[in-house]
Amino acid sequence: MVKVENLTKKFGATTAVDGISFEVQKGEIVGFLGPNGAGKSTTMKMLAGFLPPTSGHAEVAGYDVFTDSLRAREHIGYMPENVPMYTDMRVSEFLRYRGALKGVPRRRLRERISDVLELCGLEDVEKKLISRLSKGYRQRVGLADAMVHEPDLLILDEPTIGLDPNQIRLVRDLIRNLRRHHTILISTHILPEVEMLCSRVIIINKGRIEALDTPQNLRARLGQEAQVLLDARVPDARAAASDLRKLEGVQTVSIRTDGPWSIFKIQCTPGHDPRETIFQFAVEKSWPVRELSRPPITLEQVFAEVTNGEEI
Amino acid sequence: MVRFFILFRREVASTFHQPIAYIVLFFFLVITGFNFHAGITMLNNARGTTTVVEAFFNTMYFWFPFLLVFPFTTMRVFAEESKMGTIETLMTAPVRDSQVVLAKYAGALFFYLVLWVPSLLYFVTFQLVTGLSAGGTSYTGAYIGAYIGVFLGAYSMLILMGMLYTAIGCLASALTDNQIVAAMISFAAILALFFLGLLSFIMPASSDFLRDITYYFSPIEHMMDFSRGIVDSRPVVFYISSTLLVLFATLHVFQYRRWKS
Repeated sequence: MVKVENLTKKFGATTAVDGISFEVQKGEIVGFLGPNGAGKSTTMKMLAGFLPPTSGHAEVAGYDVFTDSLRAREHIGYMPENVPMYTDMRVSEFLRYRGALKGVPRRRLRERISDVLELCGLEDVEKKLISRLSKGYRQRVGLADAMVHEPDLLILDEPTIGLDPNQIRLVRDLIRNLRRHHTILISTHILPEVEMLCSRVIIINKGRIEALDTPQNLRARLGQEAQVLLDARVPDARAAASDLRKLEGVQTVSIRTDGPWSIFKIQCTPGHDPRETIFQFAVEKSWPVRELSRPPITLEQVFAEVTNGEEI
Repeated sequence: MVRFFILFRREVASTFHQPIAYIVLFFFLVITGFNFHAGITMLNNARGTTTVVEAFFNTMYFWFPFLLVFPFTTMRVFAEESKMGTIETLMTAPVRDSQVVLAKYAGALFFYLVLWVPSLLYFVTFQLVTGLSAGGTSYTGAYIGAYIGVFLGAYSMLILMGMLYTAIGCLASALTDNQIVAAMISFAAILALFFLGLLSFIMPASSDFLRDITYYFSPIEHMMDFSRGIVDSRPVVFYISSTLLVLFATLHVFQYRRWKS
């Protein structure tokens, strides 16, 4: 569906995207993960046919994005960051205009518009001016616009940025429902989002691809999964730590105290989840336990790992 | 072609969705109405062969709104889209750059033409009230040709000049994200062209060569001829070719700014 080879974009002396290559199969949801200025948006703009690359090659649905741009664009639904829209139009009027512009035949237009209105939950605001809509609704209008012409590939640049948690959930559910009909390329800062939605992740930093894998593999390889947090009241923290260290699957233990409570950060052998063993052990010793958890990986952690030169 | 019309309709709709369109329409009507009044007053005081059409299109009150209106009709066309970012969704739809530029140009030109529609009513009113022909002294005989010529000449010059000045405004708007800057650039460019044409009045026959050169640029001289029914092919060629040139430049600026951004 998408084939990118050695794509490079330079703005004057700065290189925004530096020779990236990847492929996306039909029906995949691929997440672009990276900090601000990593080159995510630039890559997406190039794939959407908005920016020409400095060098390299990209293909969507079998059409070259740069030499056969119009044909390729017919197969792409692109939603830019911040979802720019004509605020003087009404929702249905805007979608009719966009649909017609993207070549939806006149007889299909009405049906397509009612389809995307329903899919994106926009029936209530159909007649409203876009300038009167809340950010969450605008985001959904942007999505409706991106898919009104039934594109094979959806390119969504930060679709959940600036939304409140409820709206994020709605947009996320919406995207998940789209996977049946579309291949999706999505960019984000938020790791849980990627885990929930994507079948593969591309981590991009300073214009280069640092990692490309499934979210599970990525975490496993980064060894992040192997960290467990135990928050318990123990009589002697040092003794408890050395006891914990003897348990199966535990590698190292570090201690932090919070009043009478001790917080153990337990590094485990990759592939092991020693939480159950730890629980049993705590019960045996009758330690009151306040928390036993595997902290979620933050983007910062993944990034620290990935960009500190670990070969992946 | 279908896409051109979709884009063109959007341009026209967005123009009339903005309050500024009605403000411009209002002031334009007020000033041209005053101009019509001034023209008739002038005719009343001086007996001559001047027609009311000629009087209408050759006063200061005509040139003032005429020159001032283009920054308003064209400043948003590209600047607003680049500022709001909608240029990104527009240019990732399967449309050609040239279609977008032409549709935006046509939209701005359309608004300019709409501004002049009420002026036709002035001449109809004039004939109904005075019983005199607006374009000549009589409806009959040899005058009928002159009568049509005066109207056709004046209005075709109005369209020709509008074509070039709208193109200049579009170019200015493509150069910047800021509508005010776009308006100032186009106003400066249009005034420069206008004053270049005025040189022929300032330099009385000192050099035939200079006079000839400045005649090509002089909207005043062109309008003077055309509103008398003298349709000269040189200004026609000048306006059409320079419009195409400016539009071509607009297309390239439009592409260049996106590729660089």
